[in-house]
Amino acid sequence: MLDRPSPVIHLLKYLALCAYMVFLAFPMVWMLSTALKGPREVLSFHPTLIPHQPTLDNFRMAFGEQNLIQAALNSTQVSLATALFTVVIALPAAYALVRYQSVLRKIALGWILVSQVFPVILIIIPLFLILKGLHLLDSLPGLGVVYLVWSLPFVLWMLQTYVAAIPSELEEAAATDGAGRLRILFYVVMPLLVPGLLVAGLFAFISAWNEFFFALVVLQRPELSTLPLTLARFVGTEGNVRLGPLAAASLLATLPSLVFFAALQGRLTSGLLAGGVKG
Amino acid sequence: MSVATVGSTRRTRDFMPRAARDQREAFLLLIPALIPVIVFSVFPLLQGIYLGFTNAEAGFEVQVVFNKLDNYRRLLHNALFWQSFEIGIVWAVATTALQYVLGLGLALLLNERLRLRGVARMLALVPWAMPSVIVAIMWRLVYLPDAGILNGVLQTLHLQRTPVNWLGDFSSALPAVIVVGVWAGLAPTTIALLGGLQGIAADLHEAAAVDGASSAQRFQHITWPQLRSVTEAIVSLDFIWNFNSFGLVYVLTAGGPGGQTMLPALFAYNEAFKFGHFGYAAAMGNVMVLVVVGLLAIYMRYQRRSQA
Repeated sequence: MLDRPSPVIHLLKYLALCAYMVFLAFPMVWMLSTALKGPREVLSFHPTLIPHQPTLDNFRMAFGEQNLIQAALNSTQVSLATALFTVVIALPAAYALVRYQSVLRKIALGWILVSQVFPVILIIIPLFLILKGLHLLDSLPGLGVVYLVWSLPFVLWMLQTYVAAIPSELEEAAATDGAGRLRILFYVVMPLLVPGLLVAGLFAFISAWNEFFFALVVLQRPELSTLPLTLARFVGTEGNVRLGPLAAASLLATLPSLVFFAALQGRLTSGLLAGGVKG
Repeated sequence: MSVATVGSTRRTRDFMPRAARDQREAFLLLIPALIPVIVFSVFPLLQGIYLGFTNAEAGFEVQVVFNKLDNYRRLLHNALFWQSFEIGIVWAVATTALQYVLGLGLALLLNERLRLRGVARMLALVPWAMPSVIVAIMWRLVYLPDAGILNGVLQTLHLQRTPVNWLGDFSSALPAVIVVGVWAGLAPTTIALLGGLQGIAADLHEAAAVDGASSAQRFQHITWPQLRSVTEAIVSLDFIWNFNSFGLVYVLTAGGPGGQTMLPALFAYNEAFKFGHFGYAAAMGNVMVLVVVGLLAIYMRYQRRSQA
C-alpha cells in the first residue's frame, strides 16, 4: 500500500490504539468489577480491578429492589410508547417532506436544526406550565408526549433520507395502475421503509430510555420514576453504602441500549431497496 | 427532481388543479406531526423566550408582567451567574477541543488497516449508547476518593502520595468533569470524522505519494482541507451540546464543590425548579442561546478566514 512499512511508526500506531482502548474500556471494566464485589471489598482502600471473591449478590439485590423493578417497567412503557408513536407520526410527515413542495421541507429542516441549538432549560419552563394545564404533569403519558416531540426532529431527519432513497418510479408505476396516494404510501412505500422505520423506532426508544432531564422535571411521584431518575436518586441518598448494587443496576439498565445499538448497526446497510427496484 | 416526475405522471388522473391538491395532501400527511410539534415545541420555545422578559414565578397566581430588560439587568449584577457562564465556556471549549483532537486521532487510526480496529470501533461506540446518568455513576466509582480505581492506580505507581478527592476538590473538580465529558462525547465526533476520512478519494493520496509527499505533508495538504466541512459541522454541534449539557454534571457533582462545576444549565435549573424564578431562569436560557450563537459565529468566521 501507500505507507512504506516503518516498524517504529507501526508500533506507535498500535500503542496509540491501545491507549484509546484502555481509556474507553477501563471505566466500564471498573463498573463491572464493582458490580461483582462484595460490600466489604467495594470499599477496600486497596482497590483491585479483578475481584478477589466475585459474587452475583449485587445483581440479586438489584432484582430484589422493588423501586428499581418499578422504574424499569416505567421506562419500558414510556420508551415503547415513544418509539411507536414517534414512528407512526413521522412516517407520513417524512414522506410529505420528500415528495411534496420544497418550501415545507426547508422550514422543517430548519426547525430540526433550531431544535438542536436551543437549551432545554428554555423550553422546559413553558412545557412544565403547559403539561400542568393539561393535567399531564407528573404522569407517564405527559413524559411520553415530551419524548415524542423531542425525538421527532431527528427521527424525521433519518426517515426522510430513507424515503428519498426510494426511487419514485416505483410509485409512478403504482399510480399508473390506479393506486391513490395513501394506498401507495401504505403498500408501496412502507414495506420498503421497514429497515428505516426499525432504525428510527430503535433510536426513539433509546433516546427515551436514556433521557434524564425531562423526567427529572416532569415526574415527581417516586412510583412513576424512570430508571435514570431512580439511579440518579440512588446516588444522592445512599452514599457509598451500596455501591455494588448501584453498579449492578447501572449495568443492567445499560443493556437494552447496548443491544439495540448493536442491532441498529447491522440494519443500516440493507439490501431490501436494491431488491425492490430490480424485482 | 422526484417531485416533478411524480407530478407529471399523476397529471393524467387529477381532478383538482395539481398544486392545490398536492398542498392539501401534504398538509394532511404533516398534521399528525405538526400538532404535537407546535403545541409542545414551537409554542413553548416562543413562550420561553417571552418568559425571559417577565416576572413569572412558579406556583404563584401572580399576574405575569412584561418587565422588559429587568431580568437581564439583574443578571448583569449577579456574580454567580457570571461565574457559571465562565465555567460553562471553559467546560464547553475544553471538552469540544479535546473531543475533536482525540476524535480525529482515533478516526485516523480506525481508518487504517490495523488489527484490533473492529474492537476499538465497537468500544468507541459504547459510550454513545449509555445513558448519561449511568456514565456519571460509572465515573463516580472511578473517582471515589478512598476506594476508587484512579487513586488506586496512581498510588500503586507512586505518582501520588495521598488520595485525591477528584470530584470534591476545588482545583480538580472541573478538569475531572471535563474528562468525563470527553469520554461520553467521543463517539459522535469520531464517527463523523471517520465518515469524512472515508469520503476522501484514495487516488488523491496515491497521486501525492507518487509525487513524493510524506505522510505529514499529505495530511496537511489533502486530509485536513478535505475534512473542513465535517470539522465545522461536528465542532459546532459538539460545542452546542456541551454548552447546553445538564444530566452528566448534575449526577457527577450537582454543580459542586462550591459551584466549581455549576454549568449554566444547572444554574438555570436551580433557579427555576428550586427557587421557582421562572422568568429569571428563562432569561438565562435566552442569554445561553445568544452566547452559543455568538461564539459559533466567531468560530465560523475564524474557520473561513484561516482556510480561505
